[in-house]
This record gives sequence, structure tokens and C-alpha cells, in this order.
Amino acid sequence: MTEITSLSEAVSELVHDGDAVAIEGFTHLIPFAAGHEILRQERRELELIRMTPDILYDQMIGLGAARKLVFSYGGNPGVGSLHRFRDAVEHEWPHAIELEEHSHAGMANRYAAGAARLPFAVMRGYVGTDLPSHTRVKPITCPFTGEEMVAVPALRPDVAIVHAQEADRAGNVQLWGIPGVQKEAVLAADRALVTVERIVDELEPRPGGVVIPGWVIEAVAEAPGGSQPSYSMGITTRDNEFYRFWDKLSRDREPFEAWMREHVMEPSKDVASR
Amino acid sequence: MTATNEQATSGEVQTVVAARRLEHARSVFIGVGRPSTAAILARMVHNPGLVLVYESGTIGAKPYHIPLSIGDGELAETADAVVSVPEMFNYWIGPGRVEVAFLGAAQVDRLGNLNSTVIGEYDHPKTRLPGAGGAPEIAAGCREVVVIAPHSPRTFVERLDFRTTVGFGDGPGDRERLGFRGRGPTAVVTDLGVLEPDGDTRELTLTQIHGGVEVDQVREATGWDLEVAGDLRRTPPPTDEELSALRELLGR
Repeated sequence: MTEITSLSEAVSELVHDGDAVAIEGFTHLIPFAAGHEILRQERRELELIRMTPDILYDQMIGLGAARKLVFSYGGNPGVGSLHRFRDAVEHEWPHAIELEEHSHAGMANRYAAGAARLPFAVMRGYVGTDLPSHTRVKPITCPFTGEEMVAVPALRPDVAIVHAQEADRAGNVQLWGIPGVQKEAVLAADRALVTVERIVDELEPRPGGVVIPGWVIEAVAEAPGGSQPSYSMGITTRDNEFYRFWDKLSRDREPFEAWMREHVMEPSKDVASR
Repeated sequence: MTATNEQATSGEVQTVVAARRLEHARSVFIGVGRPSTAAILARMVHNPGLVLVYESGTIGAKPYHIPLSIGDGELAETADAVVSVPEMFNYWIGPGRVEVAFLGAAQVDRLGNLNSTVIGEYDHPKTRLPGAGGAPEIAAGCREVVVIAPHSPRTFVERLDFRTTVGFGDGPGDRERLGFRGRGPTAVVTDLGVLEPDGDTRELTLTQIHGGVEVDQVREATGWDLEVAGDLRRTPPPTDEELSALRELLGR
């Protein structure tokens, strides 16, 4: 059952050192506030799972929270590289990181299989590329037609964390706009934490709204502005300038560390703003 | 041609030429950057009914501004439908419902295969690139692929450091063997010209050069011994309508 709690309590209870943590949100509704709370609580050796690592995982990798990254696109969307991710892979700074990379279609199907508690998903993909020799996929023959297909293993994170616009007091959650793979991530994980822009008395139906019943979520925490510099459609807008700013700031280690100390790690500062 | 046209930059010509490829297309799958600019331009000038599909799940987006990311709010607000990532790949891309895909890459080889994963060795890369994203399945499923890339020997290479996405694989017949539905690359649009696959060998061949560009210049910018079509054409320069629409769009 859902508990409506504070973000710091939720993270402290649900996220442990060494966990496989999926923080999802496909360019929209990225749970920055929750990721920052994980950093402040100094969780280590995490297996970070996410289709598009984005700035959030760049920050977490740069501060040394990740042992492994499972992903499909490690770029700063529309801007270029993720420099802290690159520094970890190219120069093992702050330490070496294990990679398991897939295609978007592969990751999406892996989450869907996890949500269904199936051991794998079947798809057409990966063949003819160099990806299969560097990742976990296997050929499989269709028992009906004989067609050669690809099996991708289910993703079963220890914890999934997503951000949504609203929850009601019973912890039922509604998100709208680009839905990404959040519902699948929540249902694939053993434990789920949802941060929301606001808690309301009653959820009002929205076009394209995705509702996740509270009884599959362990904790809901209010985090207004918690998806910035990404956005929560209808409530905040994407801070495209920040994505450009990050490209410059994160190129070098020292300015990166100084910025993280000042804006994320010191609890006295307003962390939800970025 | 007017004075305005003579001032078109090579990047503008590349965008205009890419947009022209969408004159008769019903739908196009696009990422951000030049592909997105070209597709929005195509809707403005050639094909107002063109359906723009972005990886973020927005189908039929009608952006007024050029989006910075594939998930910008304007794409979701103006779309006919907004779908989840599993739905995008399993119900829309995989079955070949989208006609043209615009793809970019860090490296392109002579058979139109693409690298967006690493420069150097996989385990100890010189440059770690973002990775596959949706490209492998998009290139397999969409009915045709148009690659948009800057023309340089760093990009057009004899050998890819990593094959992220299949164009024609190792040669004729490979796509069919791999079970791909789509036809594969039909054009590579660069800032110097257009390469198209040869009908027999599938090797990318120079079929079109942009204004002011010489064939030798394109050869020098290509990392393999580039074949040139017997009926090499000169790109018709951007019209006033194309160029002013593009500049207006970039200024929004």
C-alpha cells in the first residue's frame, strides 16, 4: 500500500546501496528531485537503469554513485554529449563503470516483460549490428512460423522511481503528456516511488492520462518542480537553456563538482529548482 | 536565380534538399537537429499533410518552433496522438507504418551502415558516443531511410568502428536475410551532395552535387574510393520560397 511521505524518508526506506534503480521519464517528467535526494543520502554502487540517462544520470555518475549503467541513449538531447558519462567510460573518472547497452526498442520491451513477470520479450531487432556481442540478447525461433527472432531479458529493477503531475490522498497517481515507459518501469520493479507536483483531493481525468493505482506504489512524495530542468506538462516547462548550460559546465571536473556541491549536495539550498 | 539564392550556405542547401525528399511522403520519423528542421520545412513548403513522428511518442506533431529535444512540450501539445515508448516501437515502427526515417550518425560506410556508439575500441573507446537509441529498429522497420550527415572523411569512413545500425549490411541480399521489412537507405544527404545506393552493388554512389561543389572535393571528403554516377546531376538551387521559409523558421 502507498504511504504518502517525505522524499527523504521515501528514499531512505526504499533505495539501498547496491540496488538496481530505474529512474524513468522519457525527456518529460524526469525525477530530478528524487535523484538528487539519492545523491544527498550518499547511496553507492548503484546499478542505474534508464533508457536515456540525460543530465540526471550524468550527475549521479559524475559523483560516483553508479557501479553499472543499463541504457539505450547516453546523450544530452538536442545538445550533444553527456560529459560526465563520457569521462567515466573514457577515463574511468571518478571510477570505472560497467555498461550494458541496448536499443530503445530493446529496453522498452525489457520493461514490458518485467511488468508482465515474463522472463523475456520477443522482438525483431539487434540483428546485423555489433550490439549482440556486447550485450544480453539471444536468438530465438518462433515456434509457429519458424522465423528467427531476438529475445531480450526482462528488466526487474529493485526500485523504480518516476515523477507525475498529481496523486490523490490514497496515493493513486496520474500523469499526462509524453508517457514514456514509466508505467512499465513501476510495474517491473519490486518497489516503486512516485514523486508528484501536487497532491489533490480527487484526480481529474485528463486526455491521454495514465493512472497508476496506489496499491502498486510503495511511496508517494510531493516534490513541486521535481522534474526540472525537464518538465511536467501543464505545470512546468522544459528549461532548454539549462541543457545548453550543462554542456559547458560539465566538460570539466572541478566546475561540475563545485556546482553539484552548491546546488544539490548542500541541503540548505533550494534543490528542487534544479 | 536571385541574389538571395546565391547566399545560401551549404547547411541551408542540405536542409532544403532533405526537405524535398519528403514532397510525396505520408509520414516521417525524425530526431532533433537538421532532420527536424528539414521535416518542418517540408510541411511549410511542400507537403502540409506530412505526419511528423518523434521518438518520444508524439505522432502527428505540428511544431511551430524547431524543438531542442524530441520531448519538447510543443510536440506533445500539437500531436494527433501521444503514445508510450513500447507502443511507439512495437505498434508503429516495427510493422513499418512510418514511411521515411531521417537518421544521423557519427560514421557512415559505403554500404550505408551507421555508427553512433563508439570511436575506437568498444571497451576502451577514444570517444564514447550516445549509443543506439531507436536507430537499429527504425532503420529495419521504416519503409525507407534517408541519412543526413556532414560530408567529411571522419564521417564517411572505409570501416566503421562499430556497426550500430544496418544499412545494406555486407552487401546485396543482406537486409532480406536479416528479415528487415524496409528498403533501407535510399539517400544520404550531405552538405556537398547526395549519395544513393547503386541498384546492383548497393554501394553509395554520388548522384547529385550541390551548387559550387566539384566532384574532386566530394571525393576528398569521402574515406573510400567514391563511385560517381554517369548521369551526375547538379542540385537545383534553393528557390526563394524554400530559402525564405527556412530562414523564417530558424528565426522563430
